[in-house]
Amino acid sequence: MEMIVNFLTSPAVIALAWIVIKIFAVIVPLLIAVAYLTLAERRVIGLMQLRKGPNIVGPFGLFQPFADALKLLSKETILPSGASKTVFVIAPMLTFVLSLVAWAVIPFGEGMVIADVNIGILYLFAISSLGVYGVIMAGWASNSKYPFLGAMRSAAQMISYEVSLGLVIITVIMAAGALNLTDIVMAQKEMWFCIPLFPMFVIFFISTLAETNRAPFDLPEGESELVAGYFVEYSSMSFALFFLGEYANMILMSGMTATLFLGGWLPPFDWPVLYLIPGVVWFILKIALVLFMFIWIRATTPRYRYDQLMRLGWKVFLPFTLIFVVLTGGILLGFGLLPQ
Amino acid sequence: MSTFVTAIRSFLLLEVLKGLGLTLKYFFKPKVTLNYPYEKGYLSPRFRGEHALRRYPNGEERCIACKLCEAICPAQAITIESEPRSDGSRRTTRYDIDMTKCIYCGFCQEACPVDAIVEGPNFEFAAETREELYYDKEKLLSNGDRWEGEIARNLAADARFR
Repeated sequence: MEMIVNFLTSPAVIALAWIVIKIFAVIVPLLIAVAYLTLAERRVIGLMQLRKGPNIVGPFGLFQPFADALKLLSKETILPSGASKTVFVIAPMLTFVLSLVAWAVIPFGEGMVIADVNIGILYLFAISSLGVYGVIMAGWASNSKYPFLGAMRSAAQMISYEVSLGLVIITVIMAAGALNLTDIVMAQKEMWFCIPLFPMFVIFFISTLAETNRAPFDLPEGESELVAGYFVEYSSMSFALFFLGEYANMILMSGMTATLFLGGWLPPFDWPVLYLIPGVVWFILKIALVLFMFIWIRATTPRYRYDQLMRLGWKVFLPFTLIFVVLTGGILLGFGLLPQ
Repeated sequence: MSTFVTAIRSFLLLEVLKGLGLTLKYFFKPKVTLNYPYEKGYLSPRFRGEHALRRYPNGEERCIACKLCEAICPAQAITIESEPRSDGSRRTTRYDIDMTKCIYCGFCQEACPVDAIVEGPNFEFAAETREELYYDKEKLLSNGDRWEGEIARNLAADARFR
């Protein structure tokens, strides 16, 4: 008995338990946010199309996500006979896990971060790049035409836009002088990076649209030509995992935008009054704002053609960001503004 | 010069911003949704919904088994068999409409000389089996009894155009 108590109160176990608690404190609200993001998307798009959107299940349709989840869970999981079973099952899990893992380094407030690593931004970028594996695995393992084409499109698109995304991140790193996300946020205390680096902010936002396969860059799941893209063959829980992963990725990208350009948990003005509201609230508000932009753009723009998408990525964004990287570096160096 | 202007315009994302402004305007506009099972739209008196066989106010069925509706039905959904009744009047012994064949053209009610077969205002008669949609005389007469008020009102409203 005493041994068990000793074991349970040992510093290592307590530290571990504390980490697990912190992880749950991030993941549970995140999953709820994902559920409500699906509802918010349907409501907002509905409102913009002069409809009301789902408003029957529960007050204002607030229980709709749970009804959807129950429906999905009660459906049959189908393993296509031609599919490569192991990969087929692993792909949705990979997508889902990768969309959650990245949250480890995102600071929600001063010191409110699971892993305060010094290369946080590189970790974030690496994890978001790995997301393409889930897509490719799903498309390949399905052993069917449409998922395969969808996966190819998706992979090509994500890789193309990652290049400009990386260059945008380099300008932010130069302006902040740090790879640690907490330091990057603190560097925006006087002025959010979205003001001096405004063109980069716009390009970053558009690239995240392409990176998360959202409209107007949702070619991988273009209903009219590819049915649903890389997850055509999925049903039930594995489909739900893709869906959750996709929306969690959207929230992650919004969180990244908020951290890199919108001053993370910092209030909009450096007034003491505004610090009375906890930083988490500011952070969540910023994420919500960016997510609203995601949905708003989906309600506004038609889908790009594939060659237009590639042209935008390689011929416009890449040279533009390259020039801007040089320009930013030059200005920072020339005017002695380099962060110490 | 014009290419330069075009380039500047596309870099400033003017068109996209204009589009975003438009959707935002619609976001705040009043919505046109009808919460269907709770709110219902207006139905014309000429609406052609579920069929009904009507009766005279004294309870006598109107249908005289002339079979004009059966003859005109383009989908051949109506089947009628008739026999003289004990009081000597000709009546149907069988009046079936296959609602799965019916195309709701309204020819039957146009053909009917006594306004016996009509298409009423009810359109919510979906069923889970085909058998439920093979209507017989009894079902049609009960429809008539149930919807008589509205059917009579609709016929009166449309009478001067016929």
